[in-house]
Amino acid sequence: MNPKLRKFIEFCKDFSSNKVALVAFFIFLLILFVAIFAPLVSPTDPYDLNTVSIMNSRLPPFSEDFSGNYFLLGTDGAGRDIVSAIFYGLRVSLGVGVLSGIFALIIGSFFGISAAFFGGRYESLIMRIVDIQLSFPSILVALIILAAFGKGVEKTIIALILVQWAYYARTARSSALVEINKEYVDAARCLAFGNTRIMFKHILPNCMAPLIVVGTLQTAHAISLEATLSFLGLGLPITEPSLGLLIGNGFEYMYSGDFWISIFPGVALLITVASINLVGDHLRDMFNPRLH
Amino acid sequence: MLWFLLLKNSKMTAFICTRFAQSILVLFIMSLLVFGGVNLVGDPVEMLINPEADQAEVERVIRELGLDRPVTEQYWYFLVNAFKGDLGSSFIFGEPALKLIIQRMPATLELALFSLFISLIIAIPLGIYAGYNPDSKASKVIMAGSILGFSMPTFWVGIIFIMIFAVQLGWLPSTGRGEIGTFMGINSSLFTLNGLSHVFLPALNLALFKISSVIRLTRAGTREIILQDYITFARSKGISEKRVVLIHVLKNILIPIVTVVGLEFGSLIAFSTVTETVFAWPGMGKLIIDSIYNLDRPVIVAYLMIIVTFFVFLNLIVDIIYTFLDPRVRIKGDHQ
Repeated sequence: MNPKLRKFIEFCKDFSSNKVALVAFFIFLLILFVAIFAPLVSPTDPYDLNTVSIMNSRLPPFSEDFSGNYFLLGTDGAGRDIVSAIFYGLRVSLGVGVLSGIFALIIGSFFGISAAFFGGRYESLIMRIVDIQLSFPSILVALIILAAFGKGVEKTIIALILVQWAYYARTARSSALVEINKEYVDAARCLAFGNTRIMFKHILPNCMAPLIVVGTLQTAHAISLEATLSFLGLGLPITEPSLGLLIGNGFEYMYSGDFWISIFPGVALLITVASINLVGDHLRDMFNPRLH
Repeated sequence: MLWFLLLKNSKMTAFICTRFAQSILVLFIMSLLVFGGVNLVGDPVEMLINPEADQAEVERVIRELGLDRPVTEQYWYFLVNAFKGDLGSSFIFGEPALKLIIQRMPATLELALFSLFISLIIAIPLGIYAGYNPDSKASKVIMAGSILGFSMPTFWVGIIFIMIFAVQLGWLPSTGRGEIGTFMGINSSLFTLNGLSHVFLPALNLALFKISSVIRLTRAGTREIILQDYITFARSKGISEKRVVLIHVLKNILIPIVTVVGLEFGSLIAFSTVTETVFAWPGMGKLIIDSIYNLDRPVIVAYLMIIVTFFVFLNLIVDIIYTFLDPRVRIKGDHQ
């Protein structure tokens, strides 16, 4: 059998040893599916003004309107179906979270690995910046960016990247420091490969495991942070209704007892973040040599 | 004595000086970023002047606010005035921004302190239990709960708290600070029953995240400590298990917890912006969010500068204390 395939099967077996993490992984796949195919799986298009009727506003869960449309989780203040709004919201939330995570991973591992590779003043400078940034809580970093530059999709993504890149840089650097002393790097140097090639073709693939662990946990954190910022009205604009905005919209109806408008989007957010965290937690245990 | 140590150890002096210079540099960069950013966004004149005002009126206000001068010049005046302790006046309230923020600071501090207290009281016993009986059912529930606590968005939990305890059950109030009592010259709502009932829900909400992390920290510490020789020794002396846990384990676990919690107090203050908005708590956090809505530039800049200064110096102090406690930190290349 192909050794790569065998390794992968072994990994899968190892991963399935924790039933909770396995279930969480399948839940996450389901959420991902719903997010990607939101227009196909949603009962209605919540942002199509032809189908949304203000007459249906604030219907409780399990209710039906006059034309026989069924609203499993009720409707919001504008008469939109909550289920559909959640599906579309997941799309925005996951999109922003994952996109910012990928950018942060690229930027962070670039600086982390190059810091470890070149060392010296460059390394001190990079790691000093990382340390300083990590001494600020994530919400404060995001708040500074968004308060200073205003809200918007690209600004939210930039803020989330800035919040996360330092974690990736630190992880990438510490695992690259271990890899650099290994023989294959010496061998690559003897073959006179360029620095870029050694850093990103030889060292980077061997640093991926811890980076993926950090990646899952950071993505969960980013999704949660984006929801918080959007709820506060600092993150995404109302044209991109993420879960955080849906919860914020429901907040004003809270005091009149219309709980479903903000509770259900929150449950969706919680399930998403928790499933990613559970998977990440298990991956961390798997890759942690001290526990074996 | 501190002074003596500094004189004796020139390396340490150099270390502290570098860190101090770095802190100043960070503050300078932040001021550039914040001031530059804030002054690129929106037009406060539109918000401040009533739409029917004539051109002369508009120009008068622009001149009064200094908005007609180039941004670089505005920045220079801002820096000079900031050194004098003048961070500008709020466009909305017409009062000095610094004064507004300081007025609201006690509310935020009392919220953060009370929630720190709640999180320690709940999390330390649970963490010790989970570390002491790592395989029991209850410990697994505690650990699963802590992951859930990590995953729950604070603002959403706040909404649920309001819905359950304020709207449905009507037990606790959900907005405002309540009655304020005075004790030893300090005004705080922690000193009246009504005030306590107001602070309880927001503080618990803010504590939630901290509870999860302190549980994990305590559990990890307990698991390590119960394997140590001095615990075996204490047991072999015939000391009861209760005493071993309450005295020997607890004492040794408090050292890392206190360090981390001290550092994390700052993050409680940062996260209180969210909780304060949900519970309409009249603190600094709500002030900044309101100011962002209202494009109240001086307050935004002042708040960000104050909180950044606070964090920079908090970290500087922690760094310096660490160097005195643990000389290894001073060794060059301290990132390994």
